[in-house]
Amino acid sequence: MTAETTERAGVGRTHRRTVVAASVLILFAAVALVGPLLYPYDAIATSPVDRLLPPGSRLEDGTLAILGTDQVGRDLLAQVIAGTRVSLQVGLATVVLGGLLGLVLGLLAGYFGGPLDAVISRLGDMQLAFPSILLAILLAGVLGPSLLNVIIALAVTRWVIFARVVRGSTLATRNLEFVDSARVLGAGHTRIMVRYLLPSCLQPLIVAGTVQIGLTMVAEAALSFLGLGVPADQASWGATIANGRDYIASAWWIAAVPGLALTLVVVCVGILGDALQDSSDPKKKVSA
Amino acid sequence: MGQQSTPPVLEVTDLVAGYRTRQGAWGRRAEVHALSGVNMNIASGETLGLVGESGCGKSTLARTIVRLMAPTSGSVRFEGRDLLALRGKDLREVRRDIQMVFQDPYASLNPRMTVEQLIKEAWRIHPGVVPKQDQDREVKTLLERVGLNPNHAFRYPHQFSGGQRQRISIARALSVRPKLIVCDEAVSSLDVSIQAQILKLLEELQQDLGVAYLFISHDLGVVRHVADRVAVMHLGTIVETGTTEEIYRSPSHPYTQALLSAAPSITDWQEPQGEGEEIVLRGDPPSPVDPPSGCRFRGRCWKAQSLCRDEEPALEPRGTGHPVACHFATVDPNVQMPAG
Amino acid sequence: MTNRNEYAASDADPTQREAVTGAMQEKNTKHPLLEVDRLAIAFDTTNASVRPVRDMSLVIEPEQTLAVVGESGSGKSLTSLAVMGLLPEQARIASGSLRFEGRDLTELDEEEWNRLRGEQVAMVFQDPLSALNPSLSIGYQIAEMFRRHRGQSREQARERTIALMEEVGIPEPAHRFSAYPHQFSGGMRQRVVIAMALALEPKLLIADEPTTALDVTVQAQILRLLRRRRQEGQAMLIISHDLGVVARTAQSVVVMYAGQAVETGSIPEVYRAPAHPYTSGLMAATPSTGQGKQIRPIEGQPPDPADLPSGCVFHPRCPFARERCRKEEPLLRQVAPGRTSACHFAEEVLSRGTAIDTTGA
Repeated sequence: MTAETTERAGVGRTHRRTVVAASVLILFAAVALVGPLLYPYDAIATSPVDRLLPPGSRLEDGTLAILGTDQVGRDLLAQVIAGTRVSLQVGLATVVLGGLLGLVLGLLAGYFGGPLDAVISRLGDMQLAFPSILLAILLAGVLGPSLLNVIIALAVTRWVIFARVVRGSTLATRNLEFVDSARVLGAGHTRIMVRYLLPSCLQPLIVAGTVQIGLTMVAEAALSFLGLGVPADQASWGATIANGRDYIASAWWIAAVPGLALTLVVVCVGILGDALQDSSDPKKKVSA
Repeated sequence: MGQQSTPPVLEVTDLVAGYRTRQGAWGRRAEVHALSGVNMNIASGETLGLVGESGCGKSTLARTIVRLMAPTSGSVRFEGRDLLALRGKDLREVRRDIQMVFQDPYASLNPRMTVEQLIKEAWRIHPGVVPKQDQDREVKTLLERVGLNPNHAFRYPHQFSGGQRQRISIARALSVRPKLIVCDEAVSSLDVSIQAQILKLLEELQQDLGVAYLFISHDLGVVRHVADRVAVMHLGTIVETGTTEEIYRSPSHPYTQALLSAAPSITDWQEPQGEGEEIVLRGDPPSPVDPPSGCRFRGRCWKAQSLCRDEEPALEPRGTGHPVACHFATVDPNVQMPAG
Repeated sequence: MTNRNEYAASDADPTQREAVTGAMQEKNTKHPLLEVDRLAIAFDTTNASVRPVRDMSLVIEPEQTLAVVGESGSGKSLTSLAVMGLLPEQARIASGSLRFEGRDLTELDEEEWNRLRGEQVAMVFQDPLSALNPSLSIGYQIAEMFRRHRGQSREQARERTIALMEEVGIPEPAHRFSAYPHQFSGGMRQRVVIAMALALEPKLLIADEPTTALDVTVQAQILRLLRRRRQEGQAMLIISHDLGVVARTAQSVVVMYAGQAVETGSIPEVYRAPAHPYTSGLMAATPSTGQGKQIRPIEGQPPDPADLPSGCVFHPRCPFARERCRKEEPLLRQVAPGRTSACHFAEEVLSRGTAIDTTGA
């Protein structure tokens, strides 16, 4: 009795949670898309008089600063909205790029095994032994500050994680009877990898991706903090948090507002990832 | 023997296959011969039953024939063409002709594909077997043919029972119109009443379509019912082969005799249940990692003599009417037990 | 004197226990060893209660071996787990009774169960590997039985263990005492499990598919071992899907279908002429190495326990089914001395069964 009831209630709760998470993310995406048009941010428009105003204060020109201002008097709301676009872009693009790279290399390594696997896996091991943020710093430094370069630098540091996940599930699936049966039917390597192995890798890949979106957004913040991230004329949550760090005691809102946004996005992506994972299982889909 | 007027569809000659293993983490690598020189053939439209215990190499033989595994040496010829030399398009063509039904109906179907997708997948790999516009109809015909409801074409494998899944596997194998189907323990995981349904289906399909089967099983009862000829496998070699009648009525290799005697049968209650009514071999089947010299069965054989240690017996007729690989083969079905 | 007190006494003093067991045996002449009566096991869910076992009865007399035969999902394993008090958590005994030497097993608490298991009833499972602890030596695991339950010293226990290993056919027992499960083959592991089950000389040994995981030649060894124990007076309950295994080991049989006992009787009688269409169908479907008889499948699928057919559960697959079978559920009734069948037309099946020549000659 209890097992079934709790499971059912659990399903209802999970569903509601998913809807809430999705709504939050859609809201953030909408803000990233149209926000900067409606409420533009100008990095150069500093106003020393208005510096470090708490949320809800009036600026010198009489406009309301809903979320207050930073240490050079720039409106925090505009800054966070602009940062939303950059942070989401970096997080998503990095995970997609790194995920794709990891997926291809992981599949190849897991399916063919042998020397190819050895090369890919050892390369990954070496990279993992090297602190990823250092590698990103190195790459970003060489490539120079730009949004695209940040994405490339971060994607290069992330592929190993995706490749490992994909290789693991490829190895687990490779010798199952249904893959053998496709081979007996005459299916080629590409078909087997794409139609038989890839689907079973997607679930763990999505889970890894949702974790990594959050981590890359944090890593982007670190790069921006070091001046190796997005150029100074663009805002990002990370850069804003970095700015606010020195004022955490006196003007907590500078770091807290983008920090809260970052936390919210990371949590919601995680919830959505769990939901996606459940729904990609045909057994659960049909019985639901 | 003798009765093969039709040329064989499949001819296996001196097949040796194995896998590499390692004893312990730093042990030396060794090549384990799961098959050490197997000869057999299957005529078109017939069923060859291959029996043996686990680890005897029967699955390796199946996997080598369908080219899931590469052999170390020897040849596999299908309708006269050397399977092992084929590449690319030629290989794909021959693969169409040899299909396989696996043991575990819960693992042998892609869980993410519907029944329809599973069958159509075969036609996507082999375009031209069924024209695109006829495919929907053909799926229904195939499902009906194997005793499934054609309206269930859009269901996923997990919505079917084990027996029904095995029917799906058979439908899929049939979809490319093969000449040989390798059934590797295809009914072993099914309940008796369902198992009989599948065996009956396989028999009907053979009558209608003329497909040949290599029927691999550890269950001697099942093999007796499906096979025209039987090959008994022990530790990578075939120790006895003949028609089903020959093998079951006059087993001549001690191993065959022991297997038949050991297999529980529903008629066992008729026999007085004293000691010595069945041959019970001592010990366990030996491992292919370190096979004994000479005859590989001698360690468990009650007839073993020094000749068995020195010389490996060849598979040849020894006045028994059918080939046996034993120096001391006896036709007498009432096995001669050792005096002691 | 109640049974409860007897068990308490057995723990206190081994010598007293001997006396008590003797007394019990005298007293128990009127009770069968194990009596399962109209047992129903339910799995409860929110909207429905599924009963994988609905109406199961069996009786084992001392020194007798009974087999329960049925296909997967028939409820045979659940029945044996209920006898051992090892039902999964979601399952409960919905009705019926389980009596061991006349004592109601459904009223035992956990402590009493622990005393019953091993001492009185022991079990051998299908998979010997998962029944053994991989990190303890074989000898230690068997000796543990003597040390814990009999309070024997290390030396005494070792001696008993080696004797027991010898008895179940493990070669060089003294040498293998300190070997680990992974160093043993499947057949040898099953012998170890049987040795552990027999260690405390239980009155009843339950073997659930004891040879299903083993090769034919090894299976024959284990079946011979079990049969030898039977001949020595060990009472056994054998659970199997294989009519051949049952024929080789048991004296009488209960055939189960969809959670129900559908036929009972002695092996020769049931095998010669089944009194239930399911039994005769099962026998016709079982391939045999003996003769080249045709096998005949039972059409259709076993029913879903959550959606059972009306009337007789077997009617959708039964060649004998008539209108009455669709409406009225047949009860297990006596059809001949010592034989029961849950079929409205058992007499008809019985006469047909004798007509069918099972030997095929």
